[in-house]
Amino acid sequence: MSGATNLLGRLYRGESNVDFVGRQKLWYGLSITLLVLSFAGLFVRGLNFGVEFTGGSVFSFKSASASIEQVRDAVHDTGHEQVIVQQAGEDGWRVTTETMPEGEITRVQRALAERFGLTQNDVSIQVIGASWGGQVSEKAVIGLIVFMVAIIAYLSVAFEWRMALAAVVALVHDLVITAGVYAWTGFEVTPATLLGFLTILGYSLYDAVVVFDMIKEVTARLPATGKMTYTEAANGALNATLIRSLNTTLVAILPVASILFIGTTLLGAGTLKDLSLALFVGMIVGTYSSLCVATPLLVTLKEREPQYVALAKRVAQRRQAQAKAEAAAKAGKASGGTGGGTARQTVGAGRGPSATASKRRKR
Amino acid sequence: MTGVTALQQAFIPQYGLDLAGGTTVTLSPITPNGTSPSQESLDLAVNIIRDRVNGTGISDAETVRAGDNIVVSVPGKGQEEVIQLVGTTAELRFRQVLAVAPAKMDAAVPTDAPTPSSTPAASSSPSPEPRASTSANPTVSPASHSLSRKGDPEPSATPSPGATDRDKREDGRKQKSQRQDTDDDGEGENDGKATASPTPTPSSDPATDPLAGADLTGIEPSLLDEFRELDCTKSDRGQGVQDDPDKQLVACSQDGTARYILDKAVVKGTEVAGATAGVDQTTGEWVVSVDFKSEGATQFSRITGQITSLPAPRNQLAMVLDGVVISAPTIQEAIPGGKARISGSFTQESATRLADQLKYGALPLKFERSSVEEVSSTLGADQLRGGLLAGGLGLIVVVIYSMLYYRGLGVVSVSSLAVATIVTYLSVVLLSENAGFRLSLPHIVGLIVSIGITADSFIVYFERIRDELRAGRTLRLAVELAWRRAKRTILVADAVTFIAAVVLYFLAVGGVAGFAFAMGLTTLIDIAVVFLFTKPMVTLLARLRFFAKGHPLSGLDAGRLRRTDPAVRPTPQEA
Repeated sequence: MSGATNLLGRLYRGESNVDFVGRQKLWYGLSITLLVLSFAGLFVRGLNFGVEFTGGSVFSFKSASASIEQVRDAVHDTGHEQVIVQQAGEDGWRVTTETMPEGEITRVQRALAERFGLTQNDVSIQVIGASWGGQVSEKAVIGLIVFMVAIIAYLSVAFEWRMALAAVVALVHDLVITAGVYAWTGFEVTPATLLGFLTILGYSLYDAVVVFDMIKEVTARLPATGKMTYTEAANGALNATLIRSLNTTLVAILPVASILFIGTTLLGAGTLKDLSLALFVGMIVGTYSSLCVATPLLVTLKEREPQYVALAKRVAQRRQAQAKAEAAAKAGKASGGTGGGTARQTVGAGRGPSATASKRRKR
Repeated sequence: MTGVTALQQAFIPQYGLDLAGGTTVTLSPITPNGTSPSQESLDLAVNIIRDRVNGTGISDAETVRAGDNIVVSVPGKGQEEVIQLVGTTAELRFRQVLAVAPAKMDAAVPTDAPTPSSTPAASSSPSPEPRASTSANPTVSPASHSLSRKGDPEPSATPSPGATDRDKREDGRKQKSQRQDTDDDGEGENDGKATASPTPTPSSDPATDPLAGADLTGIEPSLLDEFRELDCTKSDRGQGVQDDPDKQLVACSQDGTARYILDKAVVKGTEVAGATAGVDQTTGEWVVSVDFKSEGATQFSRITGQITSLPAPRNQLAMVLDGVVISAPTIQEAIPGGKARISGSFTQESATRLADQLKYGALPLKFERSSVEEVSSTLGADQLRGGLLAGGLGLIVVVIYSMLYYRGLGVVSVSSLAVATIVTYLSVVLLSENAGFRLSLPHIVGLIVSIGITADSFIVYFERIRDELRAGRTLRLAVELAWRRAKRTILVADAVTFIAAVVLYFLAVGGVAGFAFAMGLTTLIDIAVVFLFTKPMVTLLARLRFFAKGHPLSGLDAGRLRRTDPAVRPTPQEA
């Protein structure tokens, strides 16, 4: 059996035991690097804003016989030099020009129609005022703030403020990194992209909420038992929901990937492609952050609480005592074959209790 | 045959213009200080713009508010004139009436019963009130109102007549056909008349000049011909014309029953401080009270003093909104102090409407065309095809994945997805039929994206069942215990998505709202499906041997789920 199949099998059985929380420093380091890179991208390269933000006119039409040069010439002939011609899907054409007055738009529309043997009505137009993009993004920013406040309030009530804070930090993390990806790749930012960004919020949180729900359940009676630290319990919960997280991400990404596929191949540039691209990038970052940012952050916050500081001490003492006792027992029965159960338990304690170990104890 | 097509049509949602093709114009208000305008002024602006668009005779045009913006959608193509028409400024102006005539020449001669129209605003003319009749108007003004000093018996404001009444009317407009709409302004009758007898014989006769016997002093000669040619019975009678306040004007009354020649503007709408509709306590009839700001009060006092003693119709002061005379009351007396009262044959509705128009029409709410989108029907069809294809593909991939991963349980998730899809589709059809919902591309994307959210509810539940099975419970017990825990997770997680959808919906611009709506709708449907379908189905299946025994293909094979090390493999306790 190869290692990969083995891992899959363990995932399937919910036995994975990846130490997400213990590697906090690694994740924090990775995330900070990504964030710095993203900010660098945003400041150095900036975002490539689409015509919806800068203002201008877009003409779309279908013509099987047209070539880029022909389309460009057709628009140049009307006296407009600043033209971007794109092919959109099969036979589709998209011409972006700067802002022009009402009459000019009709003139260009007519010119394109005549040149490629279409009726004027076959040429779609989109005219965007320069303030439109500003309005859209202003609303998006307000929406973002309102949403975060609402979510912090809701999660503080449903869970606790530390979880709310950790979830929202992970959220901002996702947004910045997604924006960074856009800056570095130069993907066009359109209102549809913003829409995608806003949707990422929902996903990023959704995932974190499911993990936190499990952590809350597992740690509910933790201080009383004194067998595990908060870190270990949280890591166990994370592993227990790992397969779900991965499944969810996959199931969520599959439809998005299909929109991206159709949007790119069939339609070319447009709402479908812009939206699904943002979602696609954001969902991948979101899954990473709910596993490697939100939970470690929560643990960092929680381990500072006096009751968990005390718990960690007690657990450490207990382990020491246990280790001593076991060492003594081992020394006593030097040659006696031990049962599989004991052996596994020793390993478990050494690596920190796994999800399966914690479950066994609960039972 | 027709039955089948009707049935087919009943099950196909209405498409938005990005899918069906058409022109969408988004208007954003421009306010002097950049603050957002009041809700009432926006609502009124929507009404005014809707009147304008409908006034052009374009069918199926839709004017709706979206946040602070107004979105006008016109199916079909190249509606350049609509684009021109909808963005102009609505400003109220007071102008002295110089001449007046009925809408069409055939009705010019009779002194009473000016038109066959029976709209509430203009109807009670057969018995004009004493005050109005004192003016002995030869061509009784259809808006037979009179303007007087606001008397001491203060009109008692009725319990919020404005809001309820207007809302009701708006709802009516939205839901009922355009006919209702046009009937409101009395256009219906006139339209009918115009088509039924397009050229009433007497009208072409130059002898019945509408201006015969009228005092023409002070009227720009060029306006006279314009006035003679003006036909106020047409649906396009100059609504939305931006009038120049420093020029005389030819205009129709709002209900299309009269035409006017008006002097230069004397008071601007911005000088109106407020207007309310109420019932006069002594006479018991509906009146509209108007308050002016200081400069307006001075101007108003001056003009009323000047014209009150003039012969009719020059003692009438017209209020012009959007190129249309909304009221032209006779001035009873000089009105100092900036408080006036308009009375005469009002209904509650017409009084409230006039008050609203005076109040909000006075707001110089300027609009900018922030986005114009004209989608050809071929492009629309392409986008629809792309969206549906993507949706179908997404569903299929998810189905394949859940069958592979969950095997027997996959049946549950696939059938749950199917139920969710059907419920969603039916909701869309129902909404499009009853609430004017139009399916657009952002909606489709929202619906597709939500497939993931819906599927996740099943995943949460199934993983919990597996946890319980690993813990050695029987399937029946596991199904119940897992549900108890999964239920909470699903609700909390869905609540987060729903909050996101609500926030997006209310703060959204353009397509965002549609997307958020789809997301919110599917989240609700998801909860309903999981509670009412998935859980009962799993409970039922748990009784089947195939699942209860943990058949390897059931996806609930306790051995497979739990196996850690073949050597210590626990004996299946319940299997």
